[in-house]
Amino acid sequence: MKAVVVLFPGSNREGDAVRALEMATGKKPQIVWHAETELPAGTDLVLLPGGFSYGDYLRCGAIAGRAAIMDAVRAHAARGGLVLGICNGFQILCEGGLLPGVLMRNKDLRFICKMQHLRVERADTVFTRAYSKNQIIKVAIAHGEGNYEADEETIKRLEGDGRVAFRYCDAQGVVGGFANPNGSTNDIAGIYSDKRNVLGMMPHPENLIDPLVGGIDGAGLFKSLVAA
Amino acid sequence: MSQSIEITPQLVAEHGLKPDEYERILKLIGRAPSITELGIFSAMWNEHCSYKSSRLHLRKLPTKAPWVIQGPGENAGVIDIGDGQACVFKMESHNHPSFIEPYQGAATGVGGILRDVFTMGARPIACLNLLRFGSPDHPKTRHLVSGVVAGIGGYGNSFGVPTVGGSVNFHTRYDGNILVNAMAVGLAKTDEIFYAKATGIGRPIVYLGSKTGRDGIHGATMASASFEADAEEKRPTVQVGDPFSEKLLLEACLEIMAKGCVIAIQDMGAAGLTSSAVEMGAKGGLGIELDLDHVPCREEGMSAYEMMLSESQERMLMVLDPSKEKEAEAIFVKWGLDFAVIGKTTDTKRFVIKHKGKIEADLPIMELGDEAPLYDRPWVPTPKKPMIEGASVKPPKSNADALVHLIGTPDLCSKRWVWEQYDHLILGNSVQQPGGDAGVVRIGDGPKGLAMTTDVSQRYCEADPVEGGKQAVAEAWRNLTATGALPLALTDNLNFGNPEKPEYMGQLVGCLEGIGDAARALDFPIVSGNVSLYNETQGRGILPTPSIGGVGVIADVTQSASVAFKKAGQQIILIGETKGWLGQSVYLRDVCGREEGAPPPVDLVAERRNGDFVRALITARRVDSVHDLSDGGLAVAVAEMAMAGKIGAKITCDLGAQPHAILFGEDQARYLLSAGADEASKILADAKAKGVPAAIIGTTGDETLELPGEMPVAIATLNSAHEGWLPAYMAGQA
Repeated sequence: MKAVVVLFPGSNREGDAVRALEMATGKKPQIVWHAETELPAGTDLVLLPGGFSYGDYLRCGAIAGRAAIMDAVRAHAARGGLVLGICNGFQILCEGGLLPGVLMRNKDLRFICKMQHLRVERADTVFTRAYSKNQIIKVAIAHGEGNYEADEETIKRLEGDGRVAFRYCDAQGVVGGFANPNGSTNDIAGIYSDKRNVLGMMPHPENLIDPLVGGIDGAGLFKSLVAA
Repeated sequence: MSQSIEITPQLVAEHGLKPDEYERILKLIGRAPSITELGIFSAMWNEHCSYKSSRLHLRKLPTKAPWVIQGPGENAGVIDIGDGQACVFKMESHNHPSFIEPYQGAATGVGGILRDVFTMGARPIACLNLLRFGSPDHPKTRHLVSGVVAGIGGYGNSFGVPTVGGSVNFHTRYDGNILVNAMAVGLAKTDEIFYAKATGIGRPIVYLGSKTGRDGIHGATMASASFEADAEEKRPTVQVGDPFSEKLLLEACLEIMAKGCVIAIQDMGAAGLTSSAVEMGAKGGLGIELDLDHVPCREEGMSAYEMMLSESQERMLMVLDPSKEKEAEAIFVKWGLDFAVIGKTTDTKRFVIKHKGKIEADLPIMELGDEAPLYDRPWVPTPKKPMIEGASVKPPKSNADALVHLIGTPDLCSKRWVWEQYDHLILGNSVQQPGGDAGVVRIGDGPKGLAMTTDVSQRYCEADPVEGGKQAVAEAWRNLTATGALPLALTDNLNFGNPEKPEYMGQLVGCLEGIGDAARALDFPIVSGNVSLYNETQGRGILPTPSIGGVGVIADVTQSASVAFKKAGQQIILIGETKGWLGQSVYLRDVCGREEGAPPPVDLVAERRNGDFVRALITARRVDSVHDLSDGGLAVAVAEMAMAGKIGAKITCDLGAQPHAILFGEDQARYLLSAGADEASKILADAKAKGVPAAIIGTTGDETLELPGEMPVAIATLNSAHEGWLPAYMAGQA
């Protein structure tokens, strides 16, 4: 597994992503600068990390979605290469046309950082095979714009094609109501592309890889990728 | 000298300079200053930059220890934490701007303190803050809380540093003058610390970062004046923060530092270009010559005066190694930041400003700092308050009900609504998050970590500045100790009223005496700090609030202790002596409606003895949970441990004749511990041998908290009281 992490100006969780990938793969992923036009040869996984690319002063991810490196990322995805966008990375994937929909302001208009439970919707993808279907995992969220919205048709298609990766839930796995931290449609926390080689998610599995710092429920995602 | 504007007494007054201070300027330079020069003096000689009212007393503070690498006087303090690592930290206020424009005021407060830390070559690893708002009933309070919290989060979250701790209190004395104190902690190598001192003659002075605009002109002067009814009109002097630029500036600065390009560096904080350039020159005994034609400006037609006094954010000034200028420039261009050579060092010891071919200022650089006024302001000691006997304080109908009430009051309630708006998890090293005694952050992959906290009990300081000053330091020390950390050093942020009033000056002098005594007794030196005076509105000062930001080191973070009860059936041990001191207690104030009496005295010998004993127990992994006792005393501490661990407790000890005094008294130097029965009896024996007062007061278990002779209270009831108030208040429902 050769993983790379793309660094945009304003990315700030690239170190956390590097740490999680290094823990899973045993080697440090290469950092790729946003102004590059090509990915390193042999790249298997491109990770777009969390942060506030370009300050997120325009719509979140809007400028990064059009950065030089993104053409290479789109080509990589079109070839079936793996792409994982976390938090700002998810926003960038939506803005960059790799995933449908948009991340709006959280329903209560405040940034929110806390531990959050998720339900793993399917365990047969390269991103989730170390989990079991409907497993409840605890990860971190830290975002101001995580409220996933798309037109009715798109939501129907995502649901019908099994492209919802994770849903917000409570510790018992109950979905909806107060368990939804940001107002996302259908409690969606992450979605796949149609071929399931691109995953965008708001929560931070890369921050839950250590029993001393919250737990290890996020490690499964990186373990799944290594098995790829 | 360009002399386009006549310097009138009115103009001098508008610059915050007193007539005798202006006389001093005339004597110093032997002529009338230009308007730019007047601006420079005003910026350098205001309270914020010159410490003219506090310097005399600050000198008495202990600032040295074998592990102190850099004490006060640089951008931030630096301590040695072993293994070639240094911890760089400081706290600074942004009180006045935050009252006028809460979001930007608070945001730029965070930005400024982060810059202070990375200017020294350190990568920031954590932020904390200490906030004081007016009464919840005051019409502006909700708006200010909302804006300040969003601003702190907006900056820190984007910059990418976890906010791991803080303190939020409310009191009517902050109605017109809130406090926003931000602290940043960074990590560097002991042999790669960068300083402001310029060396070498003819070296390029480089301007880095964002462009200069007209924002924040005279911010430092505003920070040194008290608020009258015109506070709203001062909005244009509040700077606007850009955390994105600061993040780029951080990465670019650390990159050029690692490449060895930097000889001296100073961030442009208060008083912007003026203060940074003068400090670099004065510290190095050199002159500085600037040509403002090269300063990157955001708007056209800016005058020399405006450029020298702008407080636009996210800017740095550096002296570069001339042989590496091109290399440094390439790094800044890569990060998309402005890079301009705007001057050079000289051997004249003069501060020369040129603009459009004219000399706008030519001043002696050493004297700008050294000859700043120094005042021995008259002060009166605060009269001692009487001690309040427990027997004279009305007991509640039910101690359990009083407890439920207290943990839901504005000061003692959960601040989750606040800290969930701060990213406290980024960087993946937050071993202990907000809500405990102190934040604990692992360093890299560990096992070493740092504990950090911010504390002050302003009501104690108001009642007795000396004891209050001691208590603030002791509580920070105790909070660090309760995580298992060895407290190493502190930063102070001294928020007081108008020093020209002997009563308020007396509070400052008294608190500093107490802080100094405690810092000496606890080997807890002051390595950095900030003074914010004139915190008053329409003649009435704030409560004296010397915020203390403490840092300690934990050799192995897997050994750190937290407040949560971990198991049922354990013994609860109280360390320290309980007399039932209710004077200035939260119980007396929030249950009885009395803000009265002398605060609890601080016995520094007992503090040290008890704390050292508790820390040794934690390090030896002999206890499962630890909490320091502070506001609300024993009962509140037990409730907090139960709520955090979701495990109840039964208090079984004899509470004597005044149970409410024992339960809610705020005697100092105390901790609660939990341990298994066998271990608990060994701990008691060890405590006895060391002369540490210790007693088993109850056991953990069940889902209720039971006080002697009272109905048990469900943890769920405690939780809803504790978690309920702040969200309801912010939603306009409380």
